Amino acid sequence: MSTTTDSKIRIQLEDFSVTDEIEAMKKVSRNIGGITIFLGTGRELSKGQNITQLNFEHYPKMAEKKLEEIREKSIKDFGIIDMSIIHRIGPIEIGENIVLIIAVGEHRGETFKACEWAIAELKRTTPIWKRETTSTGEVWVQDTP
Amino acid sequence: MISLKFFASLRSIAGKEEDSLDIENPITIDQLSDIISETAPKMGAIIRERKVLISVNQEMASADTIIHDGDEVAFLPPFSGGAKGHP
Repeated sequence: MSTTTDSKIRIQLEDFSVTDEIEAMKKVSRNIGGITIFLGTGRELSKGQNITQLNFEHYPKMAEKKLEEIREKSIKDFGIIDMSIIHRIGPIEIGENIVLIIAVGEHRGETFKACEWAIAELKRTTPIWKRETTSTGEVWVQDTP
Repeated sequence: MISLKFFASLRSIAGKEEDSLDIENPITIDQLSDIISETAPKMGAIIRERKVLISVNQEMASADTIIHDGDEVAFLPPFSGGAKGHP
């Protein structure tokens, strides 16, 4: 698990500041003209049940490696300038930040596309699992669209 | 010796988070599932039927992946958002 704030790929227990992360990415290049972010947060309702807490678990090293692959492919395939991906693990309360993806580029078009692709790819290929706690117990989520 | 890792929902099925295994020669994933079945039959069946993803040294394994001494084998249930359409 990394908590280095200057790393573009981080998996961490603690919360992050969206504005601080955006400001850090703005410093990457003076050619940035568009920034797209995706912020995933803890949702209360899932499949008709109220969630009281979420808990995320990851496969250390492999998860970071997958996120780095997503970052590198986003830069290469979409022509963006850079991307950062931060994912929290451990207990997450409703409304708290879970995952942040920031795509920066010269123009908005490529950053929209890269950001949307990156979150879909993260959910598809990165070994991170979510456990939901409801009034009826705990369940590992395996099919969130 | 190879190390085995069980994540998320698989921990309760395997009854453990980690394990290690001495192997004399390289083995296939099917052979590994047979060994695991001796102590955890349900887990062995899940592996044999490919109901989980398997990684070797943090790279996704395929049907013909051979496991060597010193390898780290992880059993990965479908990811939080990736079960649908994931191989």
